[in-house]
Amino acid sequence: MDLARITLKQAADLLHRRALSAVELTQFFLERINAHNPTLNAYITVDAEGALADARQADACLARGEATPLTGIPLAVKDLFCTKGLRTTCASRMLADFIPPYESTVTRRLREAGMVVLGKTNMDEFAMGSSNETSYFGPVKNPWDHSRIPGGSSGGSAAAVAAGLCVAALGTDTGGSIRQPAALSGITGLKPTYGRVSRYGMIAFASSLDQAGPMTRSVEDAALLLQGMAGHDPLDSTSIDQAVEEYVEQLSGGVSAQERMRGLRIGIPKEYFTDGLSESVHKALQEAIERFQELGAQCQSVSLPTTAYAIPTYYIIAPAEASSNLARYDGIRFGYRCEQPEDLLDMFARSRSEGFGAEVKRRIMLGTYVLSSGYYDAYYRQAQKVRRLIADDFHNAFTQVDLLLTPTAPETAFRIGEKKEDPVKMYLSDIFTINVNLAGLPALSLPCGFDAQNLPIGMQLIGRPLQESSLLRVGHSFQQVTDWHQRSPL
Amino acid sequence: MNHKKIALRSGTEQALATGYETVIGLEVHAQMLTQSKIFCGCPTRFGADANTQICPVCAAFPGVLPVLNREAVQMAIKTGLAIHGQIRLLSEFSRKNYFYPDLPAGYQISQYELPIVEQGHLMIDSPERGEGIRIGITRIHMEVDAGKSLHEGIVGGSWVDLNRTGTPLMEIVSEPDLRSSAEAGEYLKKLRAIVRYLGVCDGNMEEGSFRCDANVSVRLRGASAFGTRCELKNLNSIRNVMRAIDYEVERQIELLEEGGKVIQETRLWNADLNSSRPMRGKEDAHDYRYFPEPDLPPLRLTAERVAAISAVLPELPDAKALRFQEQYQLSHYDAGVLTSSRELADFFEAVAAEAAALGQANAKMAANWVTGELAARLNRDGVEIQHSPVTPGQLGKLVAMIQQGTLSGKLAKEVFEILCNEGGDPQQIAEQRGMRQVSDEGAIDAAIEQVLANNPEDVAQYRAGKSKILGFLVGQVMKATQGKANPGLVNQRLLAKLAE
Repeated sequence: MDLARITLKQAADLLHRRALSAVELTQFFLERINAHNPTLNAYITVDAEGALADARQADACLARGEATPLTGIPLAVKDLFCTKGLRTTCASRMLADFIPPYESTVTRRLREAGMVVLGKTNMDEFAMGSSNETSYFGPVKNPWDHSRIPGGSSGGSAAAVAAGLCVAALGTDTGGSIRQPAALSGITGLKPTYGRVSRYGMIAFASSLDQAGPMTRSVEDAALLLQGMAGHDPLDSTSIDQAVEEYVEQLSGGVSAQERMRGLRIGIPKEYFTDGLSESVHKALQEAIERFQELGAQCQSVSLPTTAYAIPTYYIIAPAEASSNLARYDGIRFGYRCEQPEDLLDMFARSRSEGFGAEVKRRIMLGTYVLSSGYYDAYYRQAQKVRRLIADDFHNAFTQVDLLLTPTAPETAFRIGEKKEDPVKMYLSDIFTINVNLAGLPALSLPCGFDAQNLPIGMQLIGRPLQESSLLRVGHSFQQVTDWHQRSPL
Repeated sequence: MNHKKIALRSGTEQALATGYETVIGLEVHAQMLTQSKIFCGCPTRFGADANTQICPVCAAFPGVLPVLNREAVQMAIKTGLAIHGQIRLLSEFSRKNYFYPDLPAGYQISQYELPIVEQGHLMIDSPERGEGIRIGITRIHMEVDAGKSLHEGIVGGSWVDLNRTGTPLMEIVSEPDLRSSAEAGEYLKKLRAIVRYLGVCDGNMEEGSFRCDANVSVRLRGASAFGTRCELKNLNSIRNVMRAIDYEVERQIELLEEGGKVIQETRLWNADLNSSRPMRGKEDAHDYRYFPEPDLPPLRLTAERVAAISAVLPELPDAKALRFQEQYQLSHYDAGVLTSSRELADFFEAVAAEAAALGQANAKMAANWVTGELAARLNRDGVEIQHSPVTPGQLGKLVAMIQQGTLSGKLAKEVFEILCNEGGDPQQIAEQRGMRQVSDEGAIDAAIEQVLANNPEDVAQYRAGKSKILGFLVGQVMKATQGKANPGLVNQRLLAKLAE
């Protein structure tokens, strides 16, 4: 077995059978990171020492027979989860030297379940971007084609999973930041229902939209990882106080893919299949629809009339929240401070001007503008109303169908630099993912084909609130009868 | 109209004399006495070393989230009920955005569009308008306090202390219903008494746990529109609030009288100079870019929870004062003074109870002693009633002795002095020092016989119609008994003797 392409499930089996130790597995990935990270730039920080210490503990745990399904699994963590004592940069000059004195709830839970944190992955600065090009630490390369972007903002995590630089990774998704890079890098990524996973210790971009999720090599792996992440957290007042489902158990439930899919109603939103969609993606989606029909699902066209308003709505709400969330980076207590400030105002202005990159500043200005007196009603309040209408659209669709199937991104991975100078073009990369965040719904992206350049194509399954298990079950069934997810750039 | 300018003592008087009316609204920031901060578990103790009571949440480190303190909500509801306000079952928090070094998040979490309490009021006694004036309270909202910037004695910069950051505040906003500085003072006293009664705020203006900003304008009496207002800040005592208002009223009237205009601005009061200066104008006002706080879901309360709090509210100043008037037959004024603090009211009731237990149910004298002799003593020594050198038991006994006639008022003051300085039992002190009042008719009659015999001329003059002589004769009897004779009895017996 090629360890570089091992799934979480397979790795857990090996570890539990003691066919392989956690230290060996960890060392294997640390060596791969050493060899390939200089090219791919997927990691910002590698914590070899910490990872090996975690691995030794995991082995002891395995030896005592106290292991969980996650014990000893090497994990890559997006560099916006605060990790106690381990540098957390958010891919920004602002936090280039920031070492958090506390641990995020998600990484704490996963560490407690025995996972081994290899390091912190590259991303768009403060998760603002769709190509990983806004990182202070340089762009990440798509493992399928080094001249292309891996998607963003969780581009480092996506590339690390695709290139075998970890077994699984953590991403966060505000407007598509898990799903779009998952699609463009040929892996599986899940954005849970807003509130299903704690945001405590996750550096905020847009508080009402941010959600952490798993990025993995299979739907089954995503279920395993989500199981360790999800659940109510008293430290996050927006986390949902409801029991977590048994995602892994519910994946197959002991019956065949056909039996699980029979009678399932899949909605195909017609607004997603328009001019902006590339031919190759359209074709791959058509084939996926046929595959689902073969499995016994009923696919029917549905309409989400407010789809076109998603991008403008998002680019009011997300920057508004960001402009406020990022106010704390003022050079006073932590983070970057300019040299020789003349006075207080100069310190604020220059620390922020020099500490933030162009895209972050663009969004802070946008957000500041839409919240300003005289504009609030025209922009922010209006956007909140449209947001409600977008959520209502989904709600209506779910009275007719069980879930929705859409492309994840309108096209496959584009070239580094191709859209960097055109923000609006860049923003359109998230046209199919953004409204899911606005509605707070769970959505899964999984591989469903390749284009002529052998670049991966992803499809998106959108579910009702807290129906992660349903998405995972359907995605898993698809992966049982297809092998797109098993293809690798290696 | 032609208004003559006259030099006057207070702005209020000037307003009255020149035909202007003063309009005042107050914003009070009251620090709540919760165990921990409003959004994290840090303690709220005052006076700890700088930056020792902070955590990643209140210091606004990246990725942290607020969790609302249940106790703070409880206290805000209590206060809302105490001022007869409407408790909103759905309220929400917003972010008020501005940059300042002691505001670590770059925004203050505050209730904006939907505050927890609306439409309350309290009653004050106005020196100008009489008793029982209703002052509306627009709203009470919860918010978080900022830290402190330290400038003094620091070379080459400033320091920031975040200990106070995250302390829960209630902002209590009055309607522009106050018409004089004296009314503003009465309003603050009443509000402070209420929050102290409830135990939700210590009401300490000097330490800044009870802070007040005043919005002041003037208009010609009878005008329906408000004048342009100025906001006064840095008022750290009730006295300063009143002085600053008087100064502002004078300033505005003078401006208008000279044909000028009041400019809307925020002014900073300087107590040392007894004047204020402009701090920022309307055009410099911050755009706070309020929007609903996405990290906190709307606060939903149940009517049951509010009712449960309402059921356990303590007796509040107005209700207590009314009860005192009925139960103890006290005047409106005395009842008001005695109920100005819960401790004082409790002290008075304990004194009255002690006296009643000794058979003296008339509480008027107890009230007089508490608001008179005792209050003067405490005031002189700067001592709170809780630390009174005399216990209610001691004072109750003393009052009973006076009412029984075993101790004269004059001697009682002496016993009180001894109680204050040395402690002890009033009865024993009076006995040991031979201070018991003589109410024995035989002894008094004997002394009267003696005095009449020694002063035949005065007796004759009295009998001839010079009734003023009586006072002299009473004094002679008191002197003969070393002041121990019961003066009432002396009077009565002397009149009887002289009539013989």
